[in-house]
Amino acid sequence: MTHHGSSAPGRIGRRLAPEAHRSNALHPGAWWVWALGLGAAASRTTNPLLIGLLIGVAGYVVAARRTSAPWATSYGAFVKLGLVVIGIRLVFAVVLGSPVPGTHTVVTLPEVPLPDWARGVRIGGRVTAEGLLFALYDGIRLAGLLICVGAANALASPSRLLKSLPGALYEAGVAVVVAMTFAPNLIADVRRLRAARRLRGRPDRGMRGLLQVGLPVLEGALERSVALAAAMDARGFGRSAAVPRRVRVATAVLTLGGLMGVCVGTYGLLTAEGASYGLPVLACGLLAALAGLRLGGRRAVRTRYRPDRWGVRAWLVAGSGLAVAGLTVWAAASDAAALNPGVVPLVAPALPLWPAAAALIGLLPGLVAPVPTGEQAPAPPRAKPPVQLRNPSPTSPEETS
Amino acid sequence: MIRFEDVSVTYEGAAGPTVRGVDLAVPEGELVLLVGPSGVGKSTLLGTVSGLVPHFTGGTLRGRVTVAGRDTRTHKPRELADVVGTVGQDPLAHFVTDTVEDELAYGMESLGLAPDVMRRRVEETLDLLGLAGLRDRPIATLSGGQRQRVAIGSVLTPHPRVLVLDEPTSALDPAAAEEVLAVLQRLVHDLGTTVLMAEHRLERVVQYADQVLLLAASGEPPMLGDPADLMARSPVYPPVVALGRLAGWSPLPLTVRDARRRAGALRDRLADVAPRQGTTAVRRPERPERGSRWARRDRTANGTPAERAPAASVAGLAVRRGRVEALRRVDLTVTPGETVALMGRNGAGKSTLLATLVGLLEPTSGTVRVGGAAPHRTAPRRLIRHVGLVPQEPRDLLYADTVAAECTAADRDADAAPGTCRALVSELLPGIADDTHPRDLSEGQRLALALAIVLTARPPLLLLDEPTRGLDYAAKARLVAILRSLAAEGHAIVLATHDVELAAEIAHRVVILADGEIVADGPTAGVVVSSPSFAPQVTKILAPREWLTVAQVREALAAAEGTP
Repeated sequence: MTHHGSSAPGRIGRRLAPEAHRSNALHPGAWWVWALGLGAAASRTTNPLLIGLLIGVAGYVVAARRTSAPWATSYGAFVKLGLVVIGIRLVFAVVLGSPVPGTHTVVTLPEVPLPDWARGVRIGGRVTAEGLLFALYDGIRLAGLLICVGAANALASPSRLLKSLPGALYEAGVAVVVAMTFAPNLIADVRRLRAARRLRGRPDRGMRGLLQVGLPVLEGALERSVALAAAMDARGFGRSAAVPRRVRVATAVLTLGGLMGVCVGTYGLLTAEGASYGLPVLACGLLAALAGLRLGGRRAVRTRYRPDRWGVRAWLVAGSGLAVAGLTVWAAASDAAALNPGVVPLVAPALPLWPAAAALIGLLPGLVAPVPTGEQAPAPPRAKPPVQLRNPSPTSPEETS
Repeated sequence: MIRFEDVSVTYEGAAGPTVRGVDLAVPEGELVLLVGPSGVGKSTLLGTVSGLVPHFTGGTLRGRVTVAGRDTRTHKPRELADVVGTVGQDPLAHFVTDTVEDELAYGMESLGLAPDVMRRRVEETLDLLGLAGLRDRPIATLSGGQRQRVAIGSVLTPHPRVLVLDEPTSALDPAAAEEVLAVLQRLVHDLGTTVLMAEHRLERVVQYADQVLLLAASGEPPMLGDPADLMARSPVYPPVVALGRLAGWSPLPLTVRDARRRAGALRDRLADVAPRQGTTAVRRPERPERGSRWARRDRTANGTPAERAPAASVAGLAVRRGRVEALRRVDLTVTPGETVALMGRNGAGKSTLLATLVGLLEPTSGTVRVGGAAPHRTAPRRLIRHVGLVPQEPRDLLYADTVAAECTAADRDADAAPGTCRALVSELLPGIADDTHPRDLSEGQRLALALAIVLTARPPLLLLDEPTRGLDYAAKARLVAILRSLAAEGHAIVLATHDVELAAEIAHRVVILADGEIVADGPTAGVVVSSPSFAPQVTKILAPREWLTVAQVREALAAAEGTP
């Protein structure tokens, strides 16, 4: 359908998608569904060309739709992590050998003689091209999965995602949000204090310097959390509605009973003889736990300010991810050979046409998701210029010393 | 609106109550300014209104505080959240979410207001505080004045009837401070909000106050009354009041405008006296012949002043951080014995310039020389002999858990004779015990300790970043005396400050930065007299003559009386 997105992305994209602002923000859940759909597709194949295509699709959408928010830079970190995973997988294949039989020997490492009881384990020895290729395919698949998760991370605001939590879990959500804003503050503190060491004539680099600022940094963090707790309390955090005793008891019974049901049901599903009762018990448990959460939400008096709505664009984004996943699973079932190219004998993988076309459906968000505008980070020019021409730097220069 | 009934607060382990005998009522719709020297319990008194004292801080509260009829003993802070809005000293510690709009909505979400009400109030508040252009901005990218306005906005949205503010303008440049104060006045006038606020920089706020609550000394019962009456007896007062007291005006003027209308006679008396520049401007003190305490030992003592190398020279300096040009084409030379004040709005590049001078930042282009060395390439141990910086937060310099340990470490860092730092501490900060924890010192004392540590290495160039933040007038006067004597001994001093009164007191030269460029550089009197936001109050009152400080006027009057 929209495979030509990459040819003239700017113009077509602008026409289909509005500029992003708060009210048309895409539900973060939609981004996660889309990314997990791509990830599921990537996990169903070992064809490096197909996975490369999926990674490219995810990368294009990230490049086209990410904002300059701090979390948006996490994509690069996930890509690097993916490369590291491939590297580790290859190293293991070289050192520990590979179960894949192969005839093309690349190099023969000296083999470490192991005692009798460690039979089946090998260190060193023959390294075959087939084994390496198999490990490479495997590593690429894992990396693809990671990069898809990274794409979701870069595109969906974590705090907005937490806002979609049910009311009863709200407090846990706040703890996570506070922790997330805390880490950058902590890093800034460490930097500032290490810089301050220089002012006292001590070296500002090296491990010792880091250790010596540890205590002041922790002290500062503690003070800040106490101040934040005071501020949150003074702003009404933790107000709760009066709930009748019966409702509270019902909440506790439903939540605990539900969780127990989930445990029993899962156990039933996993053991051979429990298959008959497993599923119904699991379902009942889940229902009870959800009812408990819902009832527990009554205690919270909170309301939500402008929650993200799940609109047509969210359906399209989520649907494109699901379509990619569904079509790839279907293709894997019908044409397993194309999606899992063999390594024995060595063959060059070919790009299967229809699964590749399916993967390109994942580009849809690059066309329909609202486009972040240039001002997403730096300041727009203020309406009244005389006193307020502030430095729009992300790190205000005042914070340095 | 707020009733204190015989309130006293005692913290655990304290010898006596921090505040005692508070028995008064703050009527609805008034802006009440809490005035007093540091450490008399202003913040404690503010805390009792929001219930954070004693529910959060501990301690014992005797008596009763009621806000809009709710007793703070039985209502926790969160149950007062809909009637009291509190903003503490540091707005950053106040933010829970990460964007402006979410932050404004946070308080209302906690109170469970209906979504359409929240939406309407957020829009109203964005307009009221002029934040509409910033609504989607991450809070971390805002400037100081913007943060303070967001913090005030975030407590305004639940429509509290009382607003409690602790030093809302201390960290702000003059223009941003006026912006915040204009907002407060609008709240009081248009919405009838009761505002209770503590502030050290009285010259900025006293004219807005309907009443003043004076805490003259620790443990004394406070007095509530007319600002002009109480300013006449207050131990802390702004320059306009000082001038009024000196000239014997009654009732005391609180605004520059009132003072100007009354100043006709004073201007006549001063007509044929020129402002003595000695206390403030242009005199470049020659190096004293006697061995100076703090001057660098290894200086070439026999060089004439003209030949002496500048303490710092900056030429064509540019500093970029990411894509932001923090400084552009900056040229600056500081000679020994000279005091330079760097001024300009928050984010103009003052701190960046100081950080570059001390080698914390590398220049992108241009040269920086401090005592002949390029600071960012000099090893820290050598650099501290050339230049010392007292950072905005002096606490960053302090690691040890006692003053004595801090001093020993400073002697070791600077290779100074043992006891050097301690001697400096005793001189700058008399009566501090060796085993005091730096955290227990007041803001002014911590600043003096950090200054002593920096001076231990005898740097010929001394840099101070925003040194008067959180200082009361007495601490400021001590700092001024210390800096003057350092300058007289040949130290070059560069200070970045928003405090126009401080700059008028001690700076020989004022450099104004805007958006990373120097836009004005000249003798203090010449630069500040013509500027509406950087002129000190005395200058504004006695314009067009170039008087800067009350001390100048006092000397001139005394001289005029001595020779009639």
